[in-house]
Order: sequence, then structure tokens, then C-alpha cells
Amino acid sequence: MTINEKQDEIISEFEFLDDWLDKYQQIIDKGMASKGVEPKDKVPENLIEGCQSKVWVVAELIDGKVNYRAESNTDIAGGIAAMLVDVLSGHTPQEILDAELYFVERIGLKEHLSPTRANGMLAMMKQIKLFALAFSSKA
Amino acid sequence: MLDLNQIRADFPILSETVYGKPLVYFDNAATTQKPRCVVQKIEEGYYKRNANIHRGVHFLSQEATEAHEASREEVRAFINAKCANEIVFTRGTTEAINLVASSFGELLQAGDEIILTQMEHHSNIVPWQLLRARRGVVLKVIPFNKKGELKLDELENLISSKTKLIACTHVANSLGTINPIKEIIRQAHAHSIPVLVDGAQSVPHIKVDVLDLDADFFVFSGHKIYAPTGIGVLYGKEEWLEKIPPYQGGGEMIDKVTFDQTTFAALPFKFEAGTPDFIGSTALAEALRYVNAIGIETIAAYEHDLLVYATEQLSRFDNIRFIGEANHKSGLISFLIGTIHPYDLGTVLDKLGIAVRTGHHCAQPVMQAFGVEGTVRASFAFYNTKEEIDIFIAAVERAKKMFKQ
Repeated sequence: MTINEKQDEIISEFEFLDDWLDKYQQIIDKGMASKGVEPKDKVPENLIEGCQSKVWVVAELIDGKVNYRAESNTDIAGGIAAMLVDVLSGHTPQEILDAELYFVERIGLKEHLSPTRANGMLAMMKQIKLFALAFSSKA
Repeated sequence: MLDLNQIRADFPILSETVYGKPLVYFDNAATTQKPRCVVQKIEEGYYKRNANIHRGVHFLSQEATEAHEASREEVRAFINAKCANEIVFTRGTTEAINLVASSFGELLQAGDEIILTQMEHHSNIVPWQLLRARRGVVLKVIPFNKKGELKLDELENLISSKTKLIACTHVANSLGTINPIKEIIRQAHAHSIPVLVDGAQSVPHIKVDVLDLDADFFVFSGHKIYAPTGIGVLYGKEEWLEKIPPYQGGGEMIDKVTFDQTTFAALPFKFEAGTPDFIGSTALAEALRYVNAIGIETIAAYEHDLLVYATEQLSRFDNIRFIGEANHKSGLISFLIGTIHPYDLGTVLDKLGIAVRTGHHCAQPVMQAFGVEGTVRASFAFYNTKEEIDIFIAAVERAKKMFKQ
């Protein structure tokens, strides 16, 4: 699946959920399931710190494709992070750099992308792309 | 008895909905909502009395000056200061503390000591750290116990011949603890040490009488007592305000200016450089009149009922942890449910229409002492109701299930 196909899949998954709480339940469940960062990788270089939440993101390049893992100390930021890394993992650095991430806004979580929001989601998206940039310059 | 229907009608925002749900506003320790009369006062000020004060010979300027000075008198009466000269308008509590740290700090030397408490808001820590960097003063800290009550038996040990000031909160914003401030002041004065009281969380909720407390400095913010943002108060005993130098220089605060020398205006103008917020001051006075009309004792008793009821209801959750269980508490509750992160709980409560604060509440040393990153804080005002607490409890219950706790 392309990055956009994965994004569209998430959007359709959320479209059936009218209620805010159902949407959040979905995100929370994803956050709870996403505990992929090993303790040894929870170092400051991998930490994206919001005012109230912490997200760790690690990336590795396997056969020319980036594999991300994310984990947060909060389930909601963790859930959004999990969706982001699912969407982008398994793609080349260039595909990731070219990707336009529209699903967060389309599933109604636009407020999480506000620069004033306390969870550092924008910083996380930037960091994810920086990993890809680093890999692309090595390639 | 409070006429809650009438009171809630006075605060239009309380009828708002968020995400289609009725707003339940439990973030009053951060800022309070404004009654119609306060907003009308602002409008009236701009539409009928807007002219710069103190210098004008014209009618409007005199009207505005009189309104501003009458507001100072209203503030004086509200906290029972001896004279209106002792009331300095500031932008808020933070600016008032910075003023004292800066001006009182001018009297200090390297090695002089200031005593704070472990439960201060950052606003009553950082200005003193800046002073420490400038002048080499030493900061000492009164710790608190597991319930979040100050260990006052340690105060005598912290006091030395070099102690120049004690700066202490009246009510802790992260814990709700009401400190025995009168006793602290008595002990300090026994050693001839002045005390600055941070009253940001006390003035809106409990009776404050600065003469009875014998406070040397007492500071608070307008926006936490139903007045606008950007106006606050420094009360200082006249003898102290005379003794310490001005904070900022500018218009309004001078007597005579030449390029060789400037002499300063009398109190309180010596500390009010620049055009003061003469609209904000009248709105603050209006808010104080509103509170007076209900009665601060009535407010305190009602908010205490809300605190007791909410604490009882929250206690039903088997995995609740209260942060701050002092015997004397103001109407706020800091808590955690199981391992739910405060940010997560706050986000779900928000979607259910409930405004609470999450995080460290600008009191990171308190969070460190309890070994937590942050808490969820519900803080009440007299316009809140038990029905709202029921909605809040049901929402916490719902969130608890969502996070499988």
C-alpha cells in the first residue's frame, strides 16, 4: 500500500465513528498497543517532548526502507504517533519526505496539530521526516 | 444561601456548550469567568470615561482619575489595608512578586537569605532565583509533609540572622492547601523578618484581612477574582513601600525630572510607571463589589461544600490518588486515576465538556516531591454546582473505562 492508501484507510476507519469518544477510544487502543520502543532506546536523542507528553521515536533503514517505532507515556499522543509510524513505515526515505500527511486533520484531530497544543505532535512529524532526510543523504 | 440560578445567569459563558455538551468549567484556579457587570464596566469605561488619568485638566480625565482612585479604595477596603497608598496596581501576581524581588532585593547583599516554601508557584520561585543570580542571596525552602502541609516546625531552624524575607503562598495552587499564614507571619515577625504572601489563590475564595494577618506584602491577580486579565495588586505596608526603590521608571511615577536628577512621586504612584490600566482597575473594583454582594464568607462556605462533595464522590474510585490532602483545603482537587496520564484524562474530560487543568500547574517542585509528572486539577468557584460535579464524576468513570483502569 502507498502512504496515501494507508492514510485513506485510516480515514475510512474513523468515518464510521460519529462520536468523539469512539474516535478517542480507537486512538487510545492504538496507543496502548504501541509499546515498541525498547528501554535502551528511550534516550534524549529519540525523545520528542511536549509540554505534557513524551513520545519516543526510533527509525532504522532496512533494505532501503524506513521502519519506525514509536511509544508515548500518554495513550492519546501514543495512539496518534502509532498511526503516523504505521503510515510511513516500509517506505523509502524519498517517499516519506514527499508525503503529505493529511489523515490527522481529516479524522478530526486537527487541534492536536496546533503549535500551541501541549503534546508536541508537530515536532514529532518533523522529527519523523528528519530521520528520513538523514537516511536519504546516506543513501 | 446562594441563588445559583441568578448567579449563573450573571456569567453568560456558563451557558455555552463545547463539542455539543454543556460546559462544566472546573479550571477556576487558572482563571475565573467574568460576570456581566464586570464586562459592562469595561465597556462603560471605554465608551464614557476614556481619558488618560492624573494629568488632565479636562472633564473626562478627571472622571477617569476619580474612577481609578475610587477603585484603589475599593481594593483597600476589600483586603482591609490601612490606607489606599498601600495599594499598588500591577499587571498581576507575577508582576507584583517581581516588583518586590527587584525593589526589596536592592536592599539585600550577597549571603542574605530568603525563605520560600516547597509548594510555591513558579512565580514565587523564579523571581527570587533571578535575584539570587544578581545579588548572591541564598534561598531556603520550607518542606511539606505527605498530606501537602508545611512542616512549620522546621521554620525556626531555617531562620537565621541573615534571613531578610519569607515569601509564602497563602493557598497552594497545585494542592489546595491553606497555609496558616498568620502563624507564619507571627513567627517571622518575632525575628523582625517581613513576609510576602502570594494571595493569588486565596483572595477569591477566603476572607483576607491584611491588617489582621499583619502581612508586609500581599499580592493577587484580578483575573482569578472575576476581574479582567492584566490587572493585579501589590499591597505593601507603607513603611516598606517607602523604604524600597521604584521598580520601573517612566511617566506617572516622578516628582521632578532633570537630566541631573529625578525625584519620585509619593506612594503609590512611585511604583506605577506609565499609563496604568485605569479601565482594568474599575473592572476589578466592580468584581470586588460583586463578590461583596454575595459575601466572601458565604462563598467560602459554599465552595467548601463543593470540595467535600467532590472529594467524597472521587473517593469512590478504588484507584484514585489525591495529591494534596491537607486538613485545611481550598476548593480544588489535584488527583490521578490509576496509571492514566493526566493529559489523557484531561483530553477525554474535555471531549465530555469538562474543563480541568492537567500538568504540573507551574509547581514542578511539588510534582517532584510527590514523584509524579503532573496531575488533573479540578478547581471550583461559587457558580459551580453539585450537579456539575455529578457530570464530572460520570465523565471520570467513563474515562476510567476507556483507559481500562
